[in-house]
Amino acid sequence: MLRFIISRLLQAIPVIFIVITATFFLVRAAPGGPFDAEKVVLPEVKRALEAQYKLDLPLHEQYFAYLSDLAQGELGPSFKYPGRSVNEILFSGLPVTAELGFYALLIALVIGVTAGVFASLKPNTRQDYIPMGLAMIGICMPSFLLGPLLVLVFGIYLEWLPISGWGSIPGDKILPSITLGAAYAAYVARLSRAGMLEILSQDYIRTARAKGLPEWLVVGKHALRGGLIPVVAFLGPAFAGLLAGSFVVETIFQIPGLGRFYVQAAFNRDYTMILGTTVFLSSLIVLFNLVSDVAAAWLNPRLRSQLSGGSQ
Amino acid sequence: MKTRPALGGLLRTLFSTVIAVSLMACGAGESNVLQGNRSGILHYGNGAEPQGLDPHVVTGVPENHLIRALFEGLAVKNPITLEPEPGVAQRWEFSDEGKVITFYLNPEARWSNGEQLTASDYVWSWNRALHPETGNLYAYMLYPVKNAEAYAKGKIKDFAKVGVKALDDTTLEVTLNAPTPYFIQLMDHYSTFAVHPETLLKFGKMTDRFTPWTRVGSMVSNGAFVLTDWALNRHIKVAKSEHYWDRDKVSLNGVVFYPTENVVSEERMFRVEQLHYTAVVPLDKIPVYRERPNTPYLQSPYLGTYYYLVNTDRPPVDNVKVRQALSMSVDREKLVRSVLQETAVPAYSITPPGTLGYYPPQVFSYDPDKARALLAEAGYPNGEGWPGLEIIYNTQEAHRKIAVAIQQMWKSELNVDITIANQEWKVYLNSVSQRDFQVARRGWIGDYVDANNFLDLFITDGGNNNTGYSNAIYDDLILQKAPRAQSREERYALFTEAETMLMEEMPIIPIYTYTSKHLIHPSVEGIYPNLMDSLNLKYVKLHPEQTLSGEVN
Repeated sequence: MLRFIISRLLQAIPVIFIVITATFFLVRAAPGGPFDAEKVVLPEVKRALEAQYKLDLPLHEQYFAYLSDLAQGELGPSFKYPGRSVNEILFSGLPVTAELGFYALLIALVIGVTAGVFASLKPNTRQDYIPMGLAMIGICMPSFLLGPLLVLVFGIYLEWLPISGWGSIPGDKILPSITLGAAYAAYVARLSRAGMLEILSQDYIRTARAKGLPEWLVVGKHALRGGLIPVVAFLGPAFAGLLAGSFVVETIFQIPGLGRFYVQAAFNRDYTMILGTTVFLSSLIVLFNLVSDVAAAWLNPRLRSQLSGGSQ
Repeated sequence: MKTRPALGGLLRTLFSTVIAVSLMACGAGESNVLQGNRSGILHYGNGAEPQGLDPHVVTGVPENHLIRALFEGLAVKNPITLEPEPGVAQRWEFSDEGKVITFYLNPEARWSNGEQLTASDYVWSWNRALHPETGNLYAYMLYPVKNAEAYAKGKIKDFAKVGVKALDDTTLEVTLNAPTPYFIQLMDHYSTFAVHPETLLKFGKMTDRFTPWTRVGSMVSNGAFVLTDWALNRHIKVAKSEHYWDRDKVSLNGVVFYPTENVVSEERMFRVEQLHYTAVVPLDKIPVYRERPNTPYLQSPYLGTYYYLVNTDRPPVDNVKVRQALSMSVDREKLVRSVLQETAVPAYSITPPGTLGYYPPQVFSYDPDKARALLAEAGYPNGEGWPGLEIIYNTQEAHRKIAVAIQQMWKSELNVDITIANQEWKVYLNSVSQRDFQVARRGWIGDYVDANNFLDLFITDGGNNNTGYSNAIYDDLILQKAPRAQSREERYALFTEAETMLMEEMPIIPIYTYTSKHLIHPSVEGIYPNLMDSLNLKYVKLHPEQTLSGEVN
């Protein structure tokens, strides 16, 4: 198992290096620069700005200078927010986005697994069609529609919940977490239904039932563990996706997270911010994929023994 | 089967937990507006997270609102007439035919640490604002000062040669290149504000852009408010300053600025009384608000023009008759009514009407017959032989709607085919600055209330000209004659002459004058409509007895 983890981590290094290099050169190849504005920037001012941000150096020198800063954990000063470093902005937004992602994932798991398991117990009946139909709607409904709908109902008509902010008014975390989690809940429901259906038709389940075990024990102890492997494998990429994809929800609810910076950096040609967020999120994606692979292996005895035997 | 009760029980527990948690969170308590009205705190939708708060480094509207709450210039604007009024300077005198201005600083003007604000602070700050290493985008605001431009371009190294001197602690003498009638107005622009030298030097060099001197606890400023809290992308809080010279006039105890980038969310925040004031209003909500009695909606003309740039070197728009034909066949009244829902004013000139008493001439009007005749004279009778024309705009739904409407007007009136193309913002900026377009959407917002700020865009090789338009007589009017005019009337007559020329040669097609649009809670007093959308928070008062009534959905 340890060898598996180490080899995966070593594989991640060239992946992230390629991400850095490609992003570095691509953003500089895009037309327009960080200092272009509607009102023309005087040449003398532009020169001064380029000197302050080292953009006056040849491209390869900029690249090596960036790599050397990065090796020391420095992501550089932001172009759009002078006076703030990319590190500072990332670490101010990350806890918020991570918290939002965590609640969303929790909601996705609780609702998704419950609905999926519930549906799988009586396939092709109403008990199956209703939750799965709802799940389909959940997958199809984009967050930019669901968010405002929830706000309208719970925030404006019923006046039950705050409609914006994060951690400033009690209850303001509920609507954004549900909005972000809904699509994932639907996906988890479909995955867990499929996984459960496969497991419930296995011989060992039939054996368990034949032994006269109560149904809740059969489902809860024997079937669930195998049936949820697809869900666990999905969790890693899902959490990374939640972090990178929270932009829409953060915008709707005015949440001070990372997503807004990530997307706007590209429009602003904020070179250091684009690189910083991309490198950071790609590292997270690699990491979460690894974590979910390890968890899936741990749940799946066959794979676990293979890995322990060192055949990977 | 025992499954169903077990799972059903689980589900029941789950749902009841969710509902219980929701209910606990409900009844979140008093709204921001109610609390604020009681404690004298204004909740202000500020549009976006500011880039920063250093007056010589940042640019932008949200930054402007914050910096003007924290700092004060030598002069301020009257919130109704926009004419200059005393700020840090109690009074000023002109001498040497308007080329020398002596500012007499208020001896009571203080920094927020209690120190006196002196004339030498201004000399130091203007050195910083102009220094070639600072990279101040608005350095040109001080270019009317003698030798300022040469210093900013690095041609003069000695700042002592620049026309600004501290005669004593409270007397600042400024020497200009030429009489500049709008110079006093520039003293209310943040790029000319003073910063506290010792505070900046504590964190780095004079010209450093990246130091944390603007952070809470570090910043020293001289305005009606001081910075007390800055949570990135959440809020910025300012509180009334104890050292501000005119503190007795300040009614608010503080202001909370919110980065309300999403206009739809901002409007909802206003509806549930989380905000007293919104930076903008979504277009589709405006008709609903307009119909309400005692509407909180405030719209007023804004010092900005929306227009199409024409590249006068590219056929077919290199022909002045084609340009005139295109301009005359745009039905601006209809456009404003149907596409813009009356939230703009049709424009027939580059300068917005009423710019400190200046009303531009109307050289042309909507006249499709004349437009067709002009197009025929240019060699395209009824659109025959038309080589095609492309309008570019930066990707935004509002720009697209206008481009589509104009495309249809030109097709139906002139029978010419137009293509429209959107470009991502920075790509579009690049196309415009490289002059890689035939017709391009453009907007210009004035930095100060003077026709010069619009008309000098189109001098030969002006940085924002981008049309290829060049006319020696026009240049002479703007650069030589107008600055030397003896009176406002004479100066405005010269501007009228220049603007007439511009609208006859049509290197741009004006479309509409912008308006500012806000929702303002009835409890707020002291926000006046004006051309600059300029708000001096010093004059704002809260009246808790006024409430928002009626629902808007």
